[in-house]
Amino acid sequence: MNSKAANNVATGVIYLLVTAVVGILVFLLGYILVTGIPHVSMHFLTSAAQSFKAGGGIRDQLFNSLYLLVLTLIISFPIALGSGIYLSEYAPNNWFTSLIRTAIEVLSSLPSVVVGLFGYLVFVIKFNVGFSILAGAIALTFFNLPLLTRSIEESLEDVPDLQREAGLSLGLSRWKTITGIVFPAALPGILTGIILSAGRVFGEAAALIYTAGQSAPIVSYSNWNPFSPTSFLNPMRPAETLAVHIWKVNTEGVTPDALQISSGASAVLIVVILLFNLGARYLGNWMFKKMTAAK
Amino acid sequence: MEGIKPGTEDKLKMDGIKKELRNPSKATHQDYFGKTISYICIAFVGFLVLSILYFITTRGMATFTENHVNFWAFLSGTNWNPGMLDSHGQPEVGALPMIVTSFCVTVLAALVATPFALGVALFMTEISPKRGTKFLQPVIELLVGIPSVVYGFIGLSVIVPLIRHAFGGTGFGILAGTIVLFVMVLPTITSLSIDSIRSVPMYYRSASLALGATRWQTIYKVVLRAAAPGILTAIIFGMARAFGEALAVQMVIGNATLMPHGLLTPSSTLTSQLTTGIGNTTMGTLPNNALWSLALILLLMSLVFNVLVRFIGKRGSLKK
Repeated sequence: MNSKAANNVATGVIYLLVTAVVGILVFLLGYILVTGIPHVSMHFLTSAAQSFKAGGGIRDQLFNSLYLLVLTLIISFPIALGSGIYLSEYAPNNWFTSLIRTAIEVLSSLPSVVVGLFGYLVFVIKFNVGFSILAGAIALTFFNLPLLTRSIEESLEDVPDLQREAGLSLGLSRWKTITGIVFPAALPGILTGIILSAGRVFGEAAALIYTAGQSAPIVSYSNWNPFSPTSFLNPMRPAETLAVHIWKVNTEGVTPDALQISSGASAVLIVVILLFNLGARYLGNWMFKKMTAAK
Repeated sequence: MEGIKPGTEDKLKMDGIKKELRNPSKATHQDYFGKTISYICIAFVGFLVLSILYFITTRGMATFTENHVNFWAFLSGTNWNPGMLDSHGQPEVGALPMIVTSFCVTVLAALVATPFALGVALFMTEISPKRGTKFLQPVIELLVGIPSVVYGFIGLSVIVPLIRHAFGGTGFGILAGTIVLFVMVLPTITSLSIDSIRSVPMYYRSASLALGATRWQTIYKVVLRAAAPGILTAIIFGMARAFGEALAVQMVIGNATLMPHGLLTPSSTLTSQLTTGIGNTTMGTLPNNALWSLALILLLMSLVFNVLVRFIGKRGSLKK
């Protein structure tokens, strides 16, 4: 009887803890969406930020976030793919591989602020690039690489060895087997990994404060020349992202409507990240169905 | 006669075959090419980690090598005011307040988060695996997905006023930092604990239940103990995340570089001091070097967490 009572109490406590955690998430999402969505309007999304008066929007910040995300993925995907292929296909089981794995683990557990400071030290100060989208994208690449590499490696390893053996027995080289057979089979998993890492990159701020900078200069959206300093495509201009903007108006800003701006911006940020999460799930499932015979 | 002596035509043919056999084929070249690419990528990652370690270490050591600050004075001093000299003519660079605050919020957040994380993990693995995975997996993924500035913003606009009302004071401080970090490390600890509980073999549970143990007895006496090294690893990973988290903490901790006197007084962590300070100091000066030394401490702590995880992994696997 005693142990049965203990069992019931423990089960009750576990249920309570689970309810609390679900409650926390519901509160977080509810709070952000309920306080934030009313401030999100066409005007908010399409007008420039104001430093000293109310009524500023987040147009430039939103664009900077997306541009930075695209640049980061362009830089980090090839490197992560190569490293993932090495780890899953070529890596011999020796000290060098385990050293590399340790290095990747260390990189993934480094605080993002340290990675950001490294980017600041090397690119902004030593190479004299200045606060720029490029420096930000490179810092985010460092921050993104270990996770993307690991997810690509896992997706590649999930492909059964039979497929590799089939490729090799047809006389294909290992490389041809990887690019022609293993990579396509692993593509759904790789895409899911990319989208999830995109969500992380989109919300990251600590690594960007001292690399991409904290100012959003006025840019022209009709100037398509990436080398012109006023062009929105110029990667050498400083660019405050959405996440950095939320941090900035809350800590250092003097904008009178900081609360409204940050709740609106948080809502936009959360909605975009929710879309990334749902997209990853949906796209992964869809591609898996499309490319395999599984129902 | 003619059949024995190979003609020139045959000789050429044999040479061709010999050449083909002795020289690498097209497939081999392809493989070299692919191998080279993947080796270059992995070498880049290795080089990157090494250069991060090198650059942060050299900059962080400048306080001690160029400015001749005593290393122990740096770690144990309680006054942080790098622009000023103290009564002995030494610069006031005591990092202890930040170190203590960082450890406080990290340990407290991990302490609060662990029961919740274990509750969710046990629910998903032992009590209701199907429903649990279906509903709680997205919950955990969403908690991971919420960016740290949003956590900081909610902390600033909800938790800090709440603490101010309940306990008085400004509301900024270790307590607010702990609450924010608790939610942020929760998904990390939960998902790693789930992995480790799932890897406990099923027959352990069957054996325990067959002996007449209740579900809780099985969980408490068998499953949790078998999964203990993994759960400990999960907690350490959570602590590593809390220790390195910058902006969310910076927004709610108050950023006063004072020794914390309780959970409610404003203080400052290593990360918050870094984010606030780096922009306001000039490269190469002592105040700036001292900040890089804080970054070095962060880096070293992250390495320590890594070593701890490896150590536990080794000990845990030896027991089997």
